[in-house]
Amino acid sequence: MAAGAASGGSATTDTYKEARTWLLLPAWVTLTILVLAPVIMMLIYSFLTKEFRGGVIWEFSLAAYDQFFFDRGLFGDDPPKIEWTYITIFWRSIWQAGAATLLSLLIGFPTAYFIATRSENMRPIWVFLITIPYWVNLLIRTVSMKFLLRDQGPLNDFLMSIGLIDSPLHIVNTNFAVQLGLFYSYLPFMVLPIYAAVERYNFALSEAAADLYASKWTTLRRVLLPAVKPGVFAGCILVFVPSMGSFLAPDLLGGAKNFMIGSLIEEQFKGNAGNWPFGAAASMILLTMVLIILMFSARQQAKADKAGG
Amino acid sequence: MASKQFNIKSYTGFKAITLLCLVVLYAPLVVVTIYSFNASQSLTNWEGVSLRWYADVFTGPESGKFKTAAKNSFFIAIVAATVATTIATLAATGMVRGGRFRFRTVSFGLISLPLMVPEIVLAVATLIFFNSIGFERGLLTILLAHIAFCIPFAYLPISARMQGIEDSYEQAALDLYATKRQAFTKILLPLMMPGIISGFLLAFIVSLDDFIITNFVKGAGVETLPTAIFGSVKQGIKPNIMAISTMLLSVSIVMVTISYFVSKSDNTK
Repeated sequence: MAAGAASGGSATTDTYKEARTWLLLPAWVTLTILVLAPVIMMLIYSFLTKEFRGGVIWEFSLAAYDQFFFDRGLFGDDPPKIEWTYITIFWRSIWQAGAATLLSLLIGFPTAYFIATRSENMRPIWVFLITIPYWVNLLIRTVSMKFLLRDQGPLNDFLMSIGLIDSPLHIVNTNFAVQLGLFYSYLPFMVLPIYAAVERYNFALSEAAADLYASKWTTLRRVLLPAVKPGVFAGCILVFVPSMGSFLAPDLLGGAKNFMIGSLIEEQFKGNAGNWPFGAAASMILLTMVLIILMFSARQQAKADKAGG
Repeated sequence: MASKQFNIKSYTGFKAITLLCLVVLYAPLVVVTIYSFNASQSLTNWEGVSLRWYADVFTGPESGKFKTAAKNSFFIAIVAATVATTIATLAATGMVRGGRFRFRTVSFGLISLPLMVPEIVLAVATLIFFNSIGFERGLLTILLAHIAFCIPFAYLPISARMQGIEDSYEQAALDLYATKRQAFTKILLPLMMPGIISGFLLAFIVSLDDFIITNFVKGAGVETLPTAIFGSVKQGIKPNIMAISTMLLSVSIVMVTISYFVSKSDNTK
């Protein structure tokens, strides 16, 4: 998002100061009506009573949040216990997103570093190669991944033909398949900010460390890593946040046992069995978590900017 | 000295990981592309190269469904990208050339809101919104939702481009008694064209690719390519889906490549 600021050039000017309001009006109106108002309406719906065939009755109720956190027995009159079903699904989503983020970091950091240390003409080509798959339809990418990883799929065929394994690996419908799918979905988000940070890094610092007899790995850990930490942090946030709410990877690669928030929410709005207020409440909880993470990361970023001068 | 610097920068294994990364990114796409040319009815056996599944997409039993879906997809993508790009161009002019003002941060927050809200949440919110105002779901609801989330994708390359254009060109025009409108349409707009084209193409791809939001706000019976593909895949991956996927991924790759080269071209010199 900071691409504009990084590209340099002139700062903002006030050539069109008088027309400013008119220029911005269409964006304000469109986004207020089609994004802001819907989110507020969703907040309201999460406090309404459910209509049994989908939709809501306009009556204030805390039932959706209550159902999320508490178990009051079959008839609703038992003393409330903590309801673990949905908390478990959220916890699994966080865990899966965390694992996918770690995987992206382990592969993404060396990749970003490698690209950033290429010659100046080669760098854009590498970046381009890494970003192309991101622009291919997420659904198609996820389906392709499933096709590749299937028990009778090309990957297993290949591994068996070279004699590495005797029987097919069962990858689809496991947690690992979901992590792999998420990794595949959002990897460029990890590579790009780290790449940008390493590209700005002054390698004279590494030279200095080497001159003082630091080993290469010490230099990486103690000199480079602290300098590019904001990029690493940004990359982790950019992978973690969309992973947590993803729907396609868990749905297509995970199967029923590996349910995540996205599927839980989707289920509430499909067919007649849905519970709209509950779906709205689950969405609100997810949105709140995401906004807290984003605010926290903005504060970290501001701190890093200050420290950097 | 030169060799020493090279040593300091390079770490053993990083190149291998980068290559592994590329393999992981491209392998699924390459495999699906190859298998889309498989002559066999089965997914596992390879029986030689053929275009039969491409023919199946256009003339087979599901061709009617796919044709309608493709028409809907491209119609929505073209209209949504055009509207979003227009809104984004105006907004970028206001933001980058509008001086300092109080609501600048708020405006930027509003424009990037669709990127911050998780897609599934935006889908739920949009569905609820249309439902609450009694707006019947159909092609129009998909179109409106797409316009909204395409705006930031169009905005970012356009504003990046504008920040790179010095305002001396417009100032010169204004000094020569051009009106503000002329300075905008005759000077700024042509200079911004690479950014605008690249923004349009990105918005187009994002709209063409969207599944989650479309799936929520589409009415019963209205399908776009991704929702039609998803419906098909739920019953198992079939070879014709691979042919359609290959075509769709080629469209995306061509568009991104054009966008990349257009945004790299520099017409201010």
